[in-house]
Amino acid sequence: MKRVFPILSIITAVLLAYALYEALVVAPTDALQGDVYRIIYYHVPSAWTAFLLFFINFGASIAYLIWRKQKADILALVSAEVGVVFCTVVLVTGPLWARPVWGIWWAPGDIRLTSTLVLWLIYVSYLVLRRFSSGSQTQMLAAALAVFGALDVPLVYFSIWFFRTQHPQPVIGGGGSMDPRMLHVLLISWLAWLCFGFLVCWSRYRLEVLHREVEEAHAMQSLAGGTPAKASLPLNRSSR
Amino acid sequence: MLFFSLLVVVIFAFAFDPLAEESRQIVGGLIWVAFLFAAVVALNQTWARELRNQVLDAYRVSPAPANALFLAKALGNFIFVSVLEALMAPLFVVFYNLHVLGPAWQLIPIAILGTWALVVNGTFFAAMSLRTRSREIMLPLLLFPISIPAVLGMVAGTTAVLTGDNPAHFWIVLLLTYDVVFTTACLALFETVLHAE
Repeated sequence: MKRVFPILSIITAVLLAYALYEALVVAPTDALQGDVYRIIYYHVPSAWTAFLLFFINFGASIAYLIWRKQKADILALVSAEVGVVFCTVVLVTGPLWARPVWGIWWAPGDIRLTSTLVLWLIYVSYLVLRRFSSGSQTQMLAAALAVFGALDVPLVYFSIWFFRTQHPQPVIGGGGSMDPRMLHVLLISWLAWLCFGFLVCWSRYRLEVLHREVEEAHAMQSLAGGTPAKASLPLNRSSR
Repeated sequence: MLFFSLLVVVIFAFAFDPLAEESRQIVGGLIWVAFLFAAVVALNQTWARELRNQVLDAYRVSPAPANALFLAKALGNFIFVSVLEALMAPLFVVFYNLHVLGPAWQLIPIAILGTWALVVNGTFFAAMSLRTRSREIMLPLLLFPISIPAVLGMVAGTTAVLTGDNPAHFWIVLLLTYDVVFTTACLALFETVLHAE
């Protein structure tokens, strides 16, 4: 396990460098937009990775609600944290591209823009909840909120569906067409960022496991050092 | 609380000074933002009194179903916020010189469904934010992102009725769906949240 991590790091670094080269040099220039479009190689892979991570968060939260396993909770926390970072990248690169191409930074009635923003808001509030509650109940409350967030997404989507949408059609599975060379670069880019996301999640996961072990050790120590006879009671109380 | 709502309405009246035609376009948004603020102030008090003397702990150990407690709290909040809205709405009519162009009766289902949407999630998240530090500020942080589709439904529905330009049916159905989905979710998860330790 210990050897896999550095190897994967090197592979990710190489992939990211290769994807950057492909995106800036190899990929053909867009006939209408010029070089501005190249931001798609960061925008779209980040969006896919963020959505994947939020989906993992939902699955892990459900798993935690059913089986109450620590691992599921850590996975939910980690995927939400990294997902918010990727989602932030999407929300920053989107307007950067839209300003020269659409002439506006933001289209308020657009379905994908607004759904992504709402998704970001929901998961930021999820992280805030985790930060501001203490003790073992955090995990339960956070899992419940994650379920609420996931239920909200289709409703957000349908409510904005009523408005005219300005965003380009999805590249894959949509009506839009794309040069196969561009698609190739896009997929390489996605692979690179997916590896990167996985790497960050993994290290964060290990960090969180260590963090919880240390906390538990501290709690056990203070129990052993305190008054042993009443020790088990205050621990339960303090987590309230 | 009532005074707070009154202040919100008056401040909006100062902040925007529209013509009759414009006011029909924007009052849908203003009125629901005012209701949202007023509702949050009301919802924050939902569980506050149960904290004193550990009444909430007594609820936990009592054999009564947790959902009964939740529904009672939600219904109580619903009545309270509805009364608040009934008192605030005429003020908007007065300040903005409103004259409804669409079918006015549709405002009633929009108001009922919209209020329930705010209140059912608000009661749930109030129970959640009760367990956190700085609980007063937590409730809007949790409630607002989840409520966005509902708020959109209320605002767009109200505007559609006020201007009479397009039908509000879609928004009523959306609010109804939202209410059904989240009432079910609240009832399914409330017991877990109440007993979370």
